[in-house]
Amino acid sequence: MDSTLIQWGHALALGAAMTVGLALATLPFGLALGLAAALAKDSKSAFLRACGEIYTTVFRGLPELLTLLLIYYGAQMLIQNMGLSVNISPFVAGLIALSLVFGAYSSEVLLAALRGVERGQIEAARSFGMSPAVVFRRIRAPQMLRLALPGLGNNWLVLLKDTSLVSVIALDDLLRMSFIAAQSTRQPFEFYAVACAIYLGMTAISTLLIARAERAVAKGWSSAA
Amino acid sequence: MIDWALFEKFGPRMADGFLVTLELSFGSVLLGLLLATPVALGRVFGSRPLSAALFGYTYVFRGTPILAQLFLIYYGSAQFQSTLSAAGLWWLFRDPFFCSLLTFTLNTAAYQAEIFAGAIRNVPRGQIEAARAAAMTPALMARRIIVPQAARLALRPFGNELILMVKASALASVVTVYDLLATAKLAFQRTFDFQAYIAAALIYILTVEIIRRLWNVIDRRLNRHLVRT
Repeated sequence: MDSTLIQWGHALALGAAMTVGLALATLPFGLALGLAAALAKDSKSAFLRACGEIYTTVFRGLPELLTLLLIYYGAQMLIQNMGLSVNISPFVAGLIALSLVFGAYSSEVLLAALRGVERGQIEAARSFGMSPAVVFRRIRAPQMLRLALPGLGNNWLVLLKDTSLVSVIALDDLLRMSFIAAQSTRQPFEFYAVACAIYLGMTAISTLLIARAERAVAKGWSSAA
Repeated sequence: MIDWALFEKFGPRMADGFLVTLELSFGSVLLGLLLATPVALGRVFGSRPLSAALFGYTYVFRGTPILAQLFLIYYGSAQFQSTLSAAGLWWLFRDPFFCSLLTFTLNTAAYQAEIFAGAIRNVPRGQIEAARAAAMTPALMARRIIVPQAARLALRPFGNELILMVKASALASVVTVYDLLATAKLAFQRTFDFQAYIAAALIYILTVEIIRRLWNVIDRRLNRHLVRT
């Protein structure tokens, strides 16, 4: 058993790298979508608010696997209908689907953070002549980070685990590599147990880093606040 | 344009699939509740080694993808076919529905246990001491002091857990359970009509939205004594 695990070690390591890579690549897009949706839900325009609400309702209501299939097959059909012969890769489909889901959940966290920054500070900054963009960059964003980080950290852990769904559309991530190894060695239990252990290691390391980051951005704030 | 021919042909099958989805999600949440309650009690009131062991269980199930857990139980059990056959359990583990239900139950129970443990810890210590001083038995104290307060606190995250399981149940389609997603997939593969997926998507969104609103109503009723700021 040990020797087969070592033989497949390289494949599993590549799969693990793909898993982490996909999650990291998704993060900036998901955050941007989440922030855009949060700003839309906080805006004065009823139309933008409705758009934000519909977006979150849809992507928090859909099973993540269905979102992935909708993007993967839907985009494919759309491209073919336009007469193009481009194939959307599983990685890109996974990136889009996971970004949409991450953005939907994160918009709630970011909206709460947006509203958690004291009104008076924003008014003071405005009366100093700061433009809304400068207010956002200097006053809102730094404080939002502290308020949003625990929720975003949670969403990151969900994202990391959700990458495993992409194995269903044949992206060679950790779970799919384990699947291939399990099939060809007929030792499914060992390989899935190892896969679970690697995922557990990833989430454990993430949890440690998130806790450290939370302490860093909360510097100067008493824990009672 | 709605393609009625598609739904005439595959509609009944998708309705059956939806029932399987509901069985899997509500079934696992209810069974999970039965498992999570003693686990939460052990986490809070158990001895240190017991609490640590139970934390190990919830940590592993919360820290790994549910799809990997499903593969471990469904495909992994095949490796122990002879042992399971000897124990008279193989017919269960051979069944993808049973393996899915088992995985989802173990998974949601881990999350629920931490939710309940957190809610129990939130009951003010002074009240528990006062109940003891008033000579309440542990059972009476649980019924009168702890459960009514902890249940209100746990209600909202419990509702979220129910919604998460409705969505997670779609993973059963990967191991050939004919739930809503699998029946939609079947319809799509036979006809290449994308409306099958769209219909499934609408049903999921509607189901989740109904649960969410229902939970808001229940939450407002049970927690109306709390001041909202």
